[in-house]
Amino acid sequence: MALSGMRGLSVFISDVRNCQNKEVERVRVDKELGNIRTRFKNEKGLTPYEKKKYVWKMLYIYMLGYDVDFGHMEAVSLISAPKYPEKQVGYIVTSCLLNENHDFLRLVINAVRNDIIGRNETFQCLGLTMIAISYSETFRLESMPTSSFTEKKVGNIGGREFSESLAPDVQKLLISSSCRPLVRKKAALCLLRLYRKNPDVVNVDGWSDRMTQLLDERDMGVLTAVMSLLVALVSNNYDAYWSCLPKCVKILERLARNQDIPQEYTYYGIPSPWLQVKTMRALQYFPTIEDPNTRRSLFEVLQRILMGTDVVKNVNKNNASHAVLFEALALVMHLDAEKEMMSQCVALLGKFIAVREPNIRYLGLENMTRMLMVTDVHDIIKRHQAQIITSLKDPDISIRRRALDLLYGMCDVTNAKDIVEELLQYLSTADFAMREELALKAAILAEKFAPDLSWYVDVILQLIDKAGDFVSDDIWFRVVQFVTNNEDLQPYAAVKAREYLDKPALHETMVKVSAYILGEYSHLLTRRPGCSPKEIFSIVHEKLPTVSSTTVPILLSTYAKILMHTQPPDQELQDHIWAIFNKYESCIDVEIQQRASALIKKAEDTEVDTAEQSAIKSRAALQQSSNALVVTDQPPSNGSLPVGQLSLVKMPSISSNADANSADQGLTEANGALSRVDPQPPTPSPDLLGDLLGPLAIEAPPNAALPSEQSSISGLEYDPNSVDALALAPLDDLTNSVQPIGNIAERFHALCLKDSGVLYEDPYIQIGVKAEWRMHHGRLVLFLGNKSTSPLLSVQALILPPSHLKIELSLVPDTIPPRAQVQIPLEVVNLRPSRDVSVLDFSYKFGSTMVNAKLRLPAVLSKFLQPISVSSEEFFPQWRSLSGPPLKLQEVIRGVKPLSLLEMSNLFNSYRLMVSPGLDPNPNNLVASTTFYSESTQAMLCLIRVETDPSDRTQLRMTVASGDPTLTLELKEFIKEQLVNIPMAVPALSSIPQQPQSTFPVGLTDPGAMLSGLL
Amino acid sequence: MIQYVLLISRQGKVRLTKWYSPYSQKERTKIIRELSGVILTRGPKLCNFVEWKGYKVVYKRYASLYFCMCIDQDDNELEVLEIIHHFVEILDRYFGSVCELDLIFNFHKAYYILDELLIAGELQESSKKTIARLIAAQDSLVETAKEEAGSLSNIIAQATK
Repeated sequence: MALSGMRGLSVFISDVRNCQNKEVERVRVDKELGNIRTRFKNEKGLTPYEKKKYVWKMLYIYMLGYDVDFGHMEAVSLISAPKYPEKQVGYIVTSCLLNENHDFLRLVINAVRNDIIGRNETFQCLGLTMIAISYSETFRLESMPTSSFTEKKVGNIGGREFSESLAPDVQKLLISSSCRPLVRKKAALCLLRLYRKNPDVVNVDGWSDRMTQLLDERDMGVLTAVMSLLVALVSNNYDAYWSCLPKCVKILERLARNQDIPQEYTYYGIPSPWLQVKTMRALQYFPTIEDPNTRRSLFEVLQRILMGTDVVKNVNKNNASHAVLFEALALVMHLDAEKEMMSQCVALLGKFIAVREPNIRYLGLENMTRMLMVTDVHDIIKRHQAQIITSLKDPDISIRRRALDLLYGMCDVTNAKDIVEELLQYLSTADFAMREELALKAAILAEKFAPDLSWYVDVILQLIDKAGDFVSDDIWFRVVQFVTNNEDLQPYAAVKAREYLDKPALHETMVKVSAYILGEYSHLLTRRPGCSPKEIFSIVHEKLPTVSSTTVPILLSTYAKILMHTQPPDQELQDHIWAIFNKYESCIDVEIQQRASALIKKAEDTEVDTAEQSAIKSRAALQQSSNALVVTDQPPSNGSLPVGQLSLVKMPSISSNADANSADQGLTEANGALSRVDPQPPTPSPDLLGDLLGPLAIEAPPNAALPSEQSSISGLEYDPNSVDALALAPLDDLTNSVQPIGNIAERFHALCLKDSGVLYEDPYIQIGVKAEWRMHHGRLVLFLGNKSTSPLLSVQALILPPSHLKIELSLVPDTIPPRAQVQIPLEVVNLRPSRDVSVLDFSYKFGSTMVNAKLRLPAVLSKFLQPISVSSEEFFPQWRSLSGPPLKLQEVIRGVKPLSLLEMSNLFNSYRLMVSPGLDPNPNNLVASTTFYSESTQAMLCLIRVETDPSDRTQLRMTVASGDPTLTLELKEFIKEQLVNIPMAVPALSSIPQQPQSTFPVGLTDPGAMLSGLL
Repeated sequence: MIQYVLLISRQGKVRLTKWYSPYSQKERTKIIRELSGVILTRGPKLCNFVEWKGYKVVYKRYASLYFCMCIDQDDNELEVLEIIHHFVEILDRYFGSVCELDLIFNFHKAYYILDELLIAGELQESSKKTIARLIAAQDSLVETAKEEAGSLSNIIAQATK
C-alpha cells in the first residue's frame, strides 16, 4: 500500500477508510480531533515532526468535510519555522485551510515577506506561491471597522500597504537576471495576483517596456507565466502594451513552426499548446493590428493552424490541437479577416457541429454563436439549421444549451416559424433547468419575428399552456398589450382564450390571461355559441375556486367588465356578480377586499361613463411608457412571484423581482410620470379599475410610428412627450429606405462612456457628438456632416427631452450643402435625477427620399456624476447615517452578465462611479462612490455597494445610498441596467425591418427588442 | 482563469481542493455538494464541459476519480481539459501508475505537485520534466532535514522553541 511517509497519518487515514458508515467515521474523526487538541495544548512537548503530522491530519479531516476550528495557529506558526520541511507544510496547509481566519495570517505577514525578499530561493518559492494563491483572502486592507480585530491588529502592516510594498519586490524577482526560472515564473503569477487585486501595482514607469523585454524570455515556463500576466494586463489596458504585439506574433510563429522549442515543452508533438492559446488570447485584446507585416505574418500562422489541424486518433493530441484551433478561430473572427478566411472558418465550424465527438460539437456550436456577430456569415450559418436543431435533442444538456443559444441568435423572420415551433415542441420535454430560459427565448423570438399576429398569440398561449410555471409575468403582460393595441387581433384572441378555458387542469397564468382577454373582448364574440356574457362569466367563474389569491382580483375585474359590456344589461347576471363582490368585500385578503369594494363602488356610480373611460385610457397609455421602460430593464425574474398584488397590477415588471420598497418607489415613479406629462390631469382619485387596466389596456404605444431602425431604439425609453412630436410626422414619410451604417445602439452605448464620437451614420450623413460636462451643466455639439455630393434638404432636428433635462437647441439650418459640416450646439441642464434619456428626432431629405432617425442622446445620468474618492473614515459614517429606504435601497439582481470583480470595477469606473478597492473587508464586495449634480439636489454624494456571489456570477446584491430618494432609486436602476445581461446584438437586424415593415401593424416591431432586454 | 480545482471520487468523497478565488467555508461546501451532484450523475459519453452559474466546469474522469476545474465562461475549454490530463500524467510519473489510494495516503504530495503546476489560477509550468525535477528537489530537502533531525540540531531546535 502506498504510504504517506508518516506512520501516524497513514494509520489514521486507513482507520477512516475502514469506517463502515458516516457515524463511525465521525466518531473516529472526533477522537482524532480531541487527540490533536490535547497535543497542541501542551505544545512544549511537540517535536516539529509531530506538529507536521497533526497539521496534515487536520487538513485531511478538513478535506473530508468536517469543521476544523482550532489548530490554525499551529499551522500558521510552521511558516515561521527555520527549516524547509516544516515551512513547506505550514505554507501548504495554511493556504488550503484558512480562508476566513485571516487574523492568524496577519501574524505571519512579516515571515512571508522575509521569505520572499530573502536569499533562499526555495523559501522564496513558498512565499510567492502562498501570496499567489491566498493573497486576496489574506492580506487585504483591514480598514472596515466591522471587525473587532482592528484593535488587536498585529504588526502595523495593513493589507493594502502590504501589497503595495510587496509588488516592487516581486517585480524585482521577475526581471532579475540572477533569479532562476523557478522563482521568476512564480513571481510573474504572483504579480498577476497582486494586479488582479489592485491594478495600481504595475502602474510604474517603464513597466510596459519591461513586459516587452520579458517576452524575449527563453525559458518556456517563465514565458508561459509572463504571457498569463500579459493577458491580464492587456485585457484591462491594451493601449500601454502595443510594443508587446509584434513580440506575441513572433512567439506564435515560433511555436506554430516548432522552431527551437525544447522537447519537454511539446505536448503530444504540439509545441506548448497552452502558450499558443495564451498568446492568441493576448492578441485578441488589441483592437486591430495596423502594421501590415505583422498582420501578414499573423495571418500566415493562423491560416496554417486552420488548414493544418487534422482529426487524429489520440484524444489528447486531438484536444490540444483543437484548443489551438478554436483559439485561432476566435482570433480570426476578432481580426475581421477577409471573407475567404471567414467562410473557411464557418465551413470548419459546420463540420464540427456535425461530428460525434461531443466536445468538438459543443465547441462548434459555441463558436458558431460567437460567429453570428460577423454579419455576412449569417446566411451560411442558416444552412446548418437542421443540424443545429438535432443538437437541441442531444442527450447532453451542455450541448442542448449551446444549440438553444445558437438557434436564438440565428433566428430572423425567414426562419422564426420553424425555430419557434421547434422550441415549443422541445419545451414539453426540456429539463426544468432550461425551461424558463427556453420559454423566454421563444416568447422573444415570436414577438420579434412574428410573420403575423395571430401566430404570435398562438405561440404565447401555447407557451403558457405547456410551461406556465416558467412563463414570467412579463410575457403574459406583453401578449395582453399586443391584443389591446391591435383591434384586428381582439376577436381572435378572445376565441383562443375561450377555447383554452374548456381545457381541464389549466395553468393559473392561463386563467389570468384568458380571464383578462375575455373581460375586455368577449363582447366581440357574443354571437358565437357558448360565448354569451352569461356563459363566459360562468366558465371564468368555474376557475375561481382553483386560483390563488393573486388571481382573484383579476377575475373580479373580469366580471365587472363583462357586466359593463353586457348590452342590454342582464339583471340576473348583475345580481349574481354583485353577490360575489359583496362576498369578497369581507375577504381576509386585503387586496381582494379592496378590489371588491372598489368594484362595488364603481358599479354603484352607475355605469362607467365614457369620459372616465377615456381618462383611464389616456392614463393607461402613459403608464405604458414607464412600463415598457421597466420591462427592458428587467432580468428574468427567476420565477419569484411578486409579493404585493397592488404593485403587481400597477407596475408589473418592477415588482416582479424588486422588494417591497422599490415597488413602492415604482409606484411613486409611475405617478410622477403621470403628473409631469399629462396635459389633462388624470383622474385624481385612486381608480382601482383603472389601475388594473393601467399597465395592460394600452393605447398604441408612443413608439408606434417608428422608422425602420428598431435595433437602434430597442430599449429606448420613450418619453411620453414624444407622442405629440411623433404624431406630427406623416406616417408615409417614415418608411425608410436608407439604412444606417453600424449599430446605432452600440454607438449610443459607446458615447455613454466617452464624450466624443459618432452618434449616427448612413450613406449620406454622419452625425458626430462632442460633449463637455460640468456639474449639472452640459454642452453638446452635434456635427452634421453631409457625406454626399448633393445637398441635404428639409433638415429638421427636434429634441424630445425628458422632463428632468432642460435642453436648448440652437437653430438648425434647413439645408446642408454638399460635403459640408454644420455644428449645432446644445445646452443641457440637469434638473432632477432621472435615468430617462432624451431623444433627437432627426430627419432630412435626400433627393426624394425622406430619412428619419430617432437617436438617443448620450446625456445620460452618469454624465452628471463626478467620481470621488472616499476614505473609509468618511465612507462608513455616511453609509450608516443613510439607513434604509427610501434613501438607501437594496436589491438582489439576477441574470447579470458574468463579470470578474476586476471587470466589474472597470465597468463602474467607466460610468464615473469610483471604486475604492479594499474598502470593504469582504473581497467579493465592491464599494464605489460618486457625486451627482442636478439643480434640485445640488452636489450629492452617492455610495454604492455591490456584494457578489463568487459561486454564482449571475447574481449579486446591490445597495445604493444617497441623500435623495429619487436619486437613490434612479441611480440603482441605472446601474442595474448596465449590469444586466444584454443579449447578443443580432446582426441581421439591419436587414430585417424591410420585410415586416409592411405586414406588421404599426407599433409591433419594436417591443420584441424591448422584451429581449429581459434575457 | 481557473477558479478552483476539485478532485472528487465516484462516491462523492473529496480528495483534493484548491481555491484560487476567495470563497467562504460555507460557499466551498455548497459548491462541492452541488457540483458533485451535477458531475457524478453525468453519463459517460457526454462532453467534458458543464455550464454552471455563470462559469464553466471542465471535468474528466480517470478510473474512480473526477478531476474538475472551474473556469470563466470565455476561457478555452480544451486547453483546461489538457491541463487536467497534464496534471494526471505528472501524478502518474511521480507515483508510478497512480491510483486513487496514492492520492489518499499521499494527498500532501498531490498538493505539492499541484502548486508547481498551477498558481493564481493559471498554468505555471508545462514541462513534466521540470515539475518532476522540482518535486524531487523538494523531497530531497525534506529527506536531508529528516536525517539531521536525529542529530544535534534537533535538540537545539527543541530547546530554542
